[in-house]
Amino acid sequence: MVLGNYKTVVSARSTDKEILKGAQDGGIVTTLFAYALDEDIIDGAIVAAPSRSKPWRGHWDIWRAEPRVVTTRQELLASQKTGYNICPMVTPVKDAVRMHGLDRVGVVGVPCQIQGFRKAQLYPIAMRDVPDKLALVLGIFCMEVFPYQSIVQLVEDHLGKKIDSVKKMEVGKGKFTVRTERGETASIPLKDTHKYEQPGCHVCLDYVANLADISSGSVGSPDGWSTVFVRSKKGEQIWNEAMTAGMFETKPMDQVKPGLDIVKKLATEKITKNRKTLDSRATFGVGKGLRNPYLNL
Amino acid sequence: MQRISNIFKKQEPEKPVTKKFVEKKAESGMKEGKPVAEKIRAGHVHESGCTGCLVALADNYEGILKILDRYVDWVYDLTLADTRHIPKMDVALIEGSVCLQDKIAVEEVKKARENSAIVVAIGSCACTGNINRFDRGGQANQPQHESFVPLSDLIDVDVFVPCCPPTPEQLRNAVLMAYLLLKGTDDQKKLAGRYLQPLMNLAKSPFFSKASFNTLMQEVINQGLCMGCGSCAAACPVRAITMEYGKPQGERDLCINCGACFAQCPRGFFDHGLTEQYESIMELIQEVLK
Repeated sequence: MVLGNYKTVVSARSTDKEILKGAQDGGIVTTLFAYALDEDIIDGAIVAAPSRSKPWRGHWDIWRAEPRVVTTRQELLASQKTGYNICPMVTPVKDAVRMHGLDRVGVVGVPCQIQGFRKAQLYPIAMRDVPDKLALVLGIFCMEVFPYQSIVQLVEDHLGKKIDSVKKMEVGKGKFTVRTERGETASIPLKDTHKYEQPGCHVCLDYVANLADISSGSVGSPDGWSTVFVRSKKGEQIWNEAMTAGMFETKPMDQVKPGLDIVKKLATEKITKNRKTLDSRATFGVGKGLRNPYLNL
Repeated sequence: MQRISNIFKKQEPEKPVTKKFVEKKAESGMKEGKPVAEKIRAGHVHESGCTGCLVALADNYEGILKILDRYVDWVYDLTLADTRHIPKMDVALIEGSVCLQDKIAVEEVKKARENSAIVVAIGSCACTGNINRFDRGGQANQPQHESFVPLSDLIDVDVFVPCCPPTPEQLRNAVLMAYLLLKGTDDQKKLAGRYLQPLMNLAKSPFFSKASFNTLMQEVINQGLCMGCGSCAAACPVRAITMEYGKPQGERDLCINCGACFAQCPRGFFDHGLTEQYESIMELIQEVLK
């Protein structure tokens, strides 16, 4: 149940060398979007791209993620990699369909953002033209997200690296690790980063993007590979087409290490912890509690 | 010019086809007895609003024709139905806020409540007061008309469909779900009830009828629930909300008090069980409109 409904789960890696070079793990999201753009399944996609805004605290915010509507492979390649900071992916969706005039939009997001997209489809209270135009919804596994300032704090204060010298950030094996341009690595145990997490993540009851068409993440697969859940009818169709076109190489989940069990374990861990948080919020004060969005108003 | 002539060329050979179509329609019209009998009676009551909500409902294009064809008898509407007084209805869609100084408006709203099983407040004027909250009177030709309140200040409202204007899709969903709630099979009744529940909760909420960007601040961000997805910024009809470093920042002078940001927020209300069935629900809606 913690893994949601899915049709198949495999361990996969892109066969596209160019994409793999800049990929966080298996390059699943970039490859699927590139394939969907090529095959005219989507007209454009909303992705998290490096910020183009002015320098903040004396450095360029290359690690600050901003949602952007992209329509070409080049733009997709420029926005690879995970930055672990908040990127409001739902924001440009109405602009994408109404200003950019995209009839079929591909979107990617962490579980809570996918919840936002699905709510926009079921209750399009202020989302005119959006419900029938989400052609491909990709989800990413997510334990928690940091505000951008937290990332700066972690990298500059705790790890002692300049944020604009960082080449790759990784969360895995219990550590938050950064690699710099000059090849240095520095890491900090994940438990020391918990206090910098965004508070809204602590009431989230979804780890593997249960509501996406296809969701993927590094957990459960070997280095350089991603675990891929194929969930909806639409997702299955596009995944099968992409497989036929040879976009991915795959291994069955029971033949890779560490396998599906670790995904299940982490998902259970996150959901149990956050259910507890929700319970404790109900009795937060003296005879008074905090609001629970999942119950009623 | 060429395009126009192409259109005429295309139409010419189709003439016999249209004839057949007309004949067929006449035949099937004979069998139409049953679906018509199961229609619900609905109407649109117009208070102080801009008719934008009704236009939004009409913006479903062929969808609204299908709805009127199969599911709904449109019995009362200032602009579309020739009826003088508010009749008995199953569903009343009320648009606009009520002016306290306008006796007829107050009476009309009370009458609508009395005469209908389900009252749906469509649009933010009816739900939260919206831009009418800023009214200070003095406008021609009734300068004394200065106090405008949302419906729920005067009558019990069952369902809220906020936003300015509400989207065609949301109005369509609300009308279809209301139909399924009244006339559907047991499963459909259950589903429709669950779908409408959050919108009914909005109507009963102690704070939502006073909504503005501040509601989003107080009930989501201040409560430690915001996770920076940006639904609010996408929802805001006046673009008063931007995302600064991943969190909503509202320009409160621009805010028109519509409450769309809070209503669209996945941490405003969210039903995991229902949303998991998104595929089948969207298929159902497509199915009934086919």
